[in-house]
Parts: sequence; C-alpha cells; structure tokens
Amino acid sequence: MLMATVSCKINGKDQTLEVDPQMPLLWAIRDVARLKGTKYGCGVAQCGACVLHLNGEAVRSCVTRVTRAEGQKVVTIEGLSENNDHPLQVAWQEIDVPQCGYCHSGQIMSAAVLLRENPNPTDQDIDRAMGGNICRCGTYPRIRKAIHRAAEMLRSGGKRNGTDL
Amino acid sequence: MGGAMLSLGFYVPSAGKEATIVKTTEAEGFGVELNAWIHIDTSGKVTIFSHRAEMGQGVYQAIPQIIAEELEVNLDEVNIVFAKGDNKKYGNQVTGGSSSVRTTYKNLLKLSATAREMLMEAAANRWKVSRAECYAESGHVFHKPSKRKYHYGELVLDASKLQAPEQVTLKKRSEYKLIGKPLRRQDTRMKTNGTAIFGLDKEIPGMLYAVVERNPRLRGVVKSVDDTDALKVPGVKRVVKVRMGVFSTYREGVAVVADSAWQAMQGRKALRVTWDDTGFEHQNTEQIFRRQADELKNNEGLSFKTQGDVNAILNGASDKIDVVYQTPYQQHACMEPLNCVAHWQGDKVEIWGPIQAPDWVQDYISKEMNLPRENVIVNMTFLGGGFGRKAFMDYPHEAVVISKVIGAPVQVVWTREDDMTQGPYRPGISYRCEGVVTNGEISAFKVKMAGQNNDHWRGGPKDKPNRSTSEGLLKPYFDSIKNLSIQDIPFETPIPTMWWRSVYASTNGFAYESFLDELAVAAGKDPLEFRRSYLKDERAQKLIDRMQEVSGWKKRKKGDGFGVAITECFNSTVGQVVKVSKQPSGGVKIDRVWAVMDCGWYVNPDTIKAQVEGSIVMALGAATMHEIRFEDGLTVQKNFYAYPMPRIYDIPPIEVYIMENDADAGGVGEPGLPAFAPALTNAIFDLTGKRIRKLPFDLNTVSS
Ligand code: FES
Ligand code: FES
Repeated sequence: MLMATVSCKINGKDQTLEVDPQMPLLWAIRDVARLKGTKYGCGVAQCGACVLHLNGEAVRSCVTRVTRAEGQKVVTIEGLSENNDHPLQVAWQEIDVPQCGYCHSGQIMSAAVLLRENPNPTDQDIDRAMGGNICRCGTYPRIRKAIHRAAEMLRSGGKRNGTDL
Repeated sequence: MGGAMLSLGFYVPSAGKEATIVKTTEAEGFGVELNAWIHIDTSGKVTIFSHRAEMGQGVYQAIPQIIAEELEVNLDEVNIVFAKGDNKKYGNQVTGGSSSVRTTYKNLLKLSATAREMLMEAAANRWKVSRAECYAESGHVFHKPSKRKYHYGELVLDASKLQAPEQVTLKKRSEYKLIGKPLRRQDTRMKTNGTAIFGLDKEIPGMLYAVVERNPRLRGVVKSVDDTDALKVPGVKRVVKVRMGVFSTYREGVAVVADSAWQAMQGRKALRVTWDDTGFEHQNTEQIFRRQADELKNNEGLSFKTQGDVNAILNGASDKIDVVYQTPYQQHACMEPLNCVAHWQGDKVEIWGPIQAPDWVQDYISKEMNLPRENVIVNMTFLGGGFGRKAFMDYPHEAVVISKVIGAPVQVVWTREDDMTQGPYRPGISYRCEGVVTNGEISAFKVKMAGQNNDHWRGGPKDKPNRSTSEGLLKPYFDSIKNLSIQDIPFETPIPTMWWRSVYASTNGFAYESFLDELAVAAGKDPLEFRRSYLKDERAQKLIDRMQEVSGWKKRKKGDGFGVAITECFNSTVGQVVKVSKQPSGGVKIDRVWAVMDCGWYVNPDTIKAQVEGSIVMALGAATMHEIRFEDGLTVQKNFYAYPMPRIYDIPPIEVYIMENDADAGGVGEPGLPAFAPALTNAIFDLTGKRIRKLPFDLNTVSS
C-alpha cells in the first residue's frame, strides 16, 4: 500500500499528513494530526462521537476517508472557537451539559451546523439535527436546553467568533 | 510537590471507627489506609487529590466542593488532581456502589476543618492574638479587630509545624456556602473544547497501538495463529499472543501491534486465528431463560429471607397471583470503548487508563506479573462512562502483558465490537412472584430469583444466596409484610457477568415493583396509597407525599395512564411517576416522568438532577430498546445498529425533585435507574390493561 500525502487546513492551519489513503479521517486527525478532541465511539456512523466539520459540513469522520480532506478545510472541536466561547460552548458550560463528556465534541460540532443553518431551531429541528449523536450518559434534556440557549444568545447578538459560524 | 506545604490526610484505624487526621510527615508511621489528601503550598495554591474515578457522575466536583466548604477556599481556585491507585494510602478507591460521597464525606469535612483550624492557629500565633478574634474566608485568615489578613500560603509553613487538633467544630448545614448549592462542575470547560484527556487520548513517547482478536466465545483458547498476512499490513510491527484474567479464569487473544490504532485494526483483519472452544457450554439466550423458568418451577433455592408461613398460605389459596418477570442481559456500552496504556520498564510498570478501581488494578497486576505493589503505578484519566464495566482488570492486564512482550509502551484499543461482544454483562434474570391478597391486604409475598451471581467470580460462596437478592426493595416492607419469603436459586452459565449501573436493583426493581402493582390491583387499591400503607417510615411517607404533589397523582383518574414505582439503591430511595398516552399509530408515548430522590445529606443538587436524568435515559434504553443475546455461545449484538440507544427524540420531559433532610448521605449516581422500568410498565397497565412482564418491550407495538 502506498502512503499518500494529504494537504489540508486543520483549524485554520495548513497541514500535510503522510497517511495511508484508506485511513478514515477520524484516525488521521487523532493519531497523525494528534488532535484528540474528536472521539471514536463506533466506527460505523452510528454514534456521532467523531463528528467534525469538513468545509463547514458536519461529517462522521470515522467513515470519511482522509483523502476527502485534500485541499479542504477541517474544523475540529479544538478549532470551533479560540477561547472555548462559541455560543454553544458557553451554553454548554452555563447549563453544565456534560457528564462523562466523551460524546460532547461530536454533540457540539453537530449542533454548530444546525445553528448556523437555523438560528431559531424548534424542538423538532433539534431532534432531526441531533438524532445521530448518542449520549450514553443521557444528557439529552440538557443538550436540548443548551441549543435553545445558544440560539437565544446568537439572536440577541451574542459572540460569533466560531471559526465557521 | 516540592517546597514547604501543609499536607493533610486522614487515617481510618478500622472499619466503623472515626478517622484520625494526620500530616504527611507523620503519615509514614501509619503505613496503611491514609486517605484523600489536601496540599496547600506557599503560594496559597490548594491541591486536592481526588482518589475516585470521574466517569460522569461528578465526583471531580463533589469532593472538592465538600473540602472547599470547611477549608474556606474558593472552589475555582482549587487544583484537582486524580490520585494514583494505592489503597494503602487512600483506602478503598473502587468507584462503584455510588459510594464516593456517602462513604467519605464525614472524614473529608473533618479533614478540611482541621486544615482550616491549623491555618487559623498559625495566624493567631503570629499576630499574638486570640484565635477567637480570627476567622477564615476565601483562602485567607483575617484578624477581625485589626482587619489584618494572611493568605493561606503565608501560613502553611507555620501550620505544618502545629499539632493537628483532635476536635474540630463542623458547620451546621444552614451555614454552608458551597455544599447543597448547584455549583457548576469544574470539569465542564475541559469537556466543551476537547481538552479533557480520556483514556483513549493518552499518549506517551514511543507508544505503539494494539488491537486484540479475543476468543468470541469468551472462554475458548487459541488453537492456531497464521499472522503472515497481518504482518504484511503497513505499520504492523508484531503479532503477540495474550492471556488476560477474566474473573477467576483467563481469556485468550492475539494482539496486533502497529504504529497507529487504525493500522493495527487492518492487521487484525488479515489475521487468521482458530480457537479451541471445547470444555464449556455454548449458550443460547432462549435456553438460558428456559432453564431459569424450569428452576423457578421446580426449585426452592436458598432462603434469603423467610418470615411467617408463606408456603402454607400459598398452597391453601384458591386465587393466588403466580407470575414470572424476566429481565435481559445488558451491556454497559460506555461511550468510550475500553482501552488502556501500559509501559513495562523491567522491574516496574506504569498504567494509564479509564479505570474505575485503580487500587484493584494495582493489586491484580502486582499479583499476576509478580511485581511488588509499589512498582505498579496506576493513573486514572477521565472515563468516558463506566457504569461498572471499568472496575475490571482484563483490559489493563492485556496492556501490561503486551507491553512486556514487545518491550515498548502500548495502548490497547478495543473496538466497539470488542466492547459489546466480550462482556462481562449485566446478568439476565427471571423472577417468580407469588402472592395472596386477602381483604385488601397482602397475606403472602414470595419472590424467587434465578440468575447469575456477580459475586461468584470473586470466589463468593456458592452455598449462600446472592447477597443482593432483595436489592431494590425498600426495607420497611420486611416489617409490614408478615408472611414473606425471598429465595435465590443459584444459576450458572459460562458468561461473565458484572455490576451494571444500580446492579441487582436494576433487575429486581422491575420484578418487585411490578408485582406490588399487581397486588395493589388485586386489592382494589390506589397503587401509591397501597405502597404507603406498607411503608411505615417517615422518610418514605414524605417521599410519597412529594410524589403525589409534583405529579398531580391525586387528580388523575384510573385509566389515565399513570404508573408508579419506588426503589431503594445504595442508601437512597427514589420514587418515580410515569404518565403515558396512546398514540394514533397504536404505540404508547411517554408524556412525562417525575422523579423524587431522597439521598439524605447531599453536595450538589444539579449533579444529582443530572444523574437522575441520565439514569432514566439509561433505564429507558434497557426497558424498551436493547438487550444482549447469545447464539451458540456468541454474542449477537455487535454495535449500536443492533443494540439501539435512546436518542434525543426518544426522551420525554423529566422532572427531578430532591428531598431535604439531615439523614446520612446516600448514593446519587445509580439510584435513579431502577424505578423507571416498573413505573413505565405500571403506567402502561393503567392505560391499556396490559401487564408487561418481560423486558425489553417495544413502545411502538405495546398497546396493540
Ligand atoms: S465513531 Fe463515527 S459515528 Fe460513531
Ligand atoms: S456525557 Fe457521557 S456519553 Fe454523553
């Protein structure tokens, strides 16, 4: 198997990854780019722990080949905001959403796309956008509350310093 | 931790005795069981060692919140560090049984107050004033009349030379500034930007990655290995046979070691292993439950509790209730699959991982690898869920074995499939419940349980009933039901079982609380008032009052779809009311859940609410969505597509209430789980007249 060179922008920085072209983006981000915030949960597009942004779209990196990132922009939880202050992060902190916390990189990255597309989501919109993210600790009631709270912050002119919001 | 500092811990002479507070310098002399340290350095920085695992339940918050209260420091100025595994130093570190707060808070309060007193004394001495003129606040000691102050860092050196006072006065509950308040968790910020380090995120220099092909029937051994193709996969370095402890037996596997986790996974796909699966039974789920049904029919089992003359009444009754409840095998399915880093260094080994019981790991590895205990260093990371599974030794053990063989640090990574198919599981259990109601009262109550005993793997006695046979049932029932019999029928399979959040209360609770509901119906009584008449206990009575008040219980009409259950678990009692309604499509919808928790003295109400919400979500999955099944000794469910989890759109509104009283602290991480399933199925009975006696069931088809 030949190694491939994948050049992309990760969290705003140009990077070149020397990888097996078959490798899922998840493992390239975790073990090659060494950004551990993106999590492995199932490997088969079932749980959403691995969600990151590829050109602004939420993708499940466990089933996305690393080569798809060639020349593209990748944003992970580490790059969502500079100071942990994206409205979703602020709302998550205000409401103390995480328990174990393992699923929440993926939860927040999924929610970030929802809010960008729909700054005033209904409960149904949240169900649709967040249905792919499992939380075994059962923080769902708080996830819902925090998304509404972040939307409210955005509408009232809250911070918009997310990299791709 | 160099330089001058005040370091305190507590020493527990023996179980049940009060702790003695000692300084680190004196600690050496005690040798054993010195617990939970506070360190204050000369800059005033307070470091608290959390000796328990943080797996979501909030101990990382709760322990510092307790300490900061009596120590008089601001919580956000405290540095929290996970202690290493060492039960000679910290006492029991096994984070299970919802025990972290309830078994340590009294000592932690005393420890913190002692440190504060010593700092105050140091200040008073320096000012040459009376101690009574001083007070402590926000990490400072103040002299009231002169308004002078020192920060703790300026006092630690003096304080560390003082004798620890024997007696300290603890605050009253009404004086608390931190305890009992819904303060934000100290670990949240790390969990919103990807900086919290879970086991899988741990990296050490030179670390390789391993994935292991383990025997799919759990107890078989390796017959042959062909690693020719595996070794050709780029990045693959070695293929190594491993043998790791599974309870009192061993499991075998073949590890593929590579430069990255993913490459190791590719190598594993190219591996050809054959297994010797002889010498143990290959189970089918059907067969397990059929055997349990036979046992319940033909066997009396061992008596856990017998009072009155149940059998005579049952035999003489013409209209006894005689029903069987069944609960399935379940998997923990922690969001973070198992993993562990080990670095073997010749005469010692260091381990990092998502570990619930670091002291057990230390003892176990020491014994298995023939190393002195102190040469086994066990570090806890954050845990991406635990629920009982991560209190087990197999995954650290295999990491250590592989590191030793390859002579390099290694991280063993379990895939989701490994995690789901390898157990240990919550045991599947059947209960036969027999009862007689005479003149609206229970005249006989008998429950027999047939299911695996988790204690057996630790060598627990097989001629004694399961010590958890009645776990979940409130104790006042023992006083009020005169003719009562609770039996355990020993039941074995080759499948390893283990604690699963709330343990036997999670299965017993369904049987007991559904059965009580059936008895209430037979008695023609309101099911909650029926329970009340047997729970002659002030706390239980108040809990029931509160349940009625918050759920509007008294205003409901029969058939409205209300159900109730009350269970006990780890010294806390939780009552739940569930309201359901019919769906046009034929299924049943959960409209709302009200949960009332009585856990006595508590630290953080918001953490408790979160734990109860999460417990209810986990219970919803176990009651209505997933189970582990076996065919020919193989686990059928391999990933979430076959073991469906509750999703955000499945979750009903959940209201959580906490009782206020001064009783001793009970657990909070697990007790919210057991009451949910029976409250739900009792509500479905109220709505549809259909009694559900077997879990899991499908909400979408239940009323048709
Ligand atoms: S790890 Fe990608 S969806 Fe689960
Ligand atoms: S917080 Fe633990 S899985 Fe979501």
